[in-house]
Amino acid sequence: MYRLENVKYRDILYIENLEILPKKITCILGESGGGKTTLIKLLNKMISPTSGDIFYKKKSLRKIDSVELRREVVMLSQSPGIFPGSVRDNLLIGLKFSEKNPADDSELVEIMKKVHLYKSLDDVAENLSGGEKQRVALGRVMLMDPKILLLDEPSSALDEKTEKNIIKEVTDYVKTKNKTLIVVTHSKEIARDHADEIIEMAQGRIIDKKVVERNG
Amino acid sequence: MDKIIDLELWQVGSAFVFIIILMFIVKVKGISREKEILISSVRMTFQLMFTGYLLTYLFKSKNPFYTLLVLVIMETFAVKNIFKRVKTPLSSKLRKIIAFSMICGTTASLAYFILVVVNLSPWYEPRYVVPIGGMIIGNSMTGISLGVTKLVDGFFSKKHLVETSLMLGATPKSASKEIVDGAFDSAILPTINSMVGMGIVFLPGMMTGQILSGTSPLTAIQYQIAIMLGITGSVSLTVILFVQEGYKTFFNEEQQLELEES
Repeated sequence: MYRLENVKYRDILYIENLEILPKKITCILGESGGGKTTLIKLLNKMISPTSGDIFYKKKSLRKIDSVELRREVVMLSQSPGIFPGSVRDNLLIGLKFSEKNPADDSELVEIMKKVHLYKSLDDVAENLSGGEKQRVALGRVMLMDPKILLLDEPSSALDEKTEKNIIKEVTDYVKTKNKTLIVVTHSKEIARDHADEIIEMAQGRIIDKKVVERNG
Repeated sequence: MDKIIDLELWQVGSAFVFIIILMFIVKVKGISREKEILISSVRMTFQLMFTGYLLTYLFKSKNPFYTLLVLVIMETFAVKNIFKRVKTPLSSKLRKIIAFSMICGTTASLAYFILVVVNLSPWYEPRYVVPIGGMIIGNSMTGISLGVTKLVDGFFSKKHLVETSLMLGATPKSASKEIVDGAFDSAILPTINSMVGMGIVFLPGMMTGQILSGTSPLTAIQYQIAIMLGITGSVSLTVILFVQEGYKTFFNEEQQLELEES
């Protein structure tokens, strides 16, 4: 799906070679400041490498329109961007930005259940707690139904139990719908339980990459 | 209509009593502003005297080149003044857009006003072109300054939301829509508000001047209505040109947000 060759981004990141497989769950682990967020931002052209090349479906990202790519490869940042308006407005805004058909309320309620958000669609989104905002943002991405999901610490503001439940929902959704998930996480447990591949990073470099064998 | 009373030199001088009173008040109150008050009133006096002589020469000469030169000078000062007034850092691309919008917006509005509304002949008659040009350029300058400030501040304060929008597949245009609309709104609002109070809360300067010089108040209001509409048109045109092109300078060709450049 993705291939990185001698990718350098300022003094922050250097990756000699990396392949990310399609329809798999890839977890990126590592300390803060290790270059994890930079890596996923490179994958949907929120930033471009200083040198080197990134290929998506064997085509250089330089030759792919950024907006079209971002509609296929949707990213969720660590601190969720919540727009003025209701929970409904915030869930729908991704579809609006990517010029897709809007969803009806029953679809929105369904997504809210998936991300364990028990709020009214009319609630003011800015009044929600940090964890609730994160779930709205996650629901918004899932509603867009992208081919690839890039999630940056999607459960950092959640308690342990909610985190487990939500990660399970997301990974189930990804597997059922045959999608690719690339997720940055601090949790080795999440990586161990859900990842097909684990990439470990430190000081802007990949220090370990391994395939997780699963039985059944 | 009576002819305007010519002010003798001593009469103009007597108006400086207001400044003396103000200086006395700030001195007693211990507000250290005497220097600024003195400098600004002296500057105002000399600037206006210079302009008075210049305009007298200009009106007599009736040379289209001089009229155009005055407009170019006004436009240059206006653009420089915008750069100075806006406290936020401006990229060189944004500066070019400001100059482009000011020149295009005010020139188009002034040309329409002179050629169609006033139907002036010859078109370069400085007695009309210079003051009307000054009002159009001056008001557009104020509008665009507000628009620039709001646009730049908007991108810095809402950086995270713009980035979130891009991550969700928004085009730079839709990601900046709220900021662009806010900038346009705050730029034209003072002009709209000034129309509301006009004639009731205050008598505008141009109209007051015309009435003092003996023009019938009815003719004066006709001009005032026309010029207010012209100003509104010019401010709107200038600001819309600016915001429509200005937001693009915050993105690179890869449609990524770039705020570092200054």
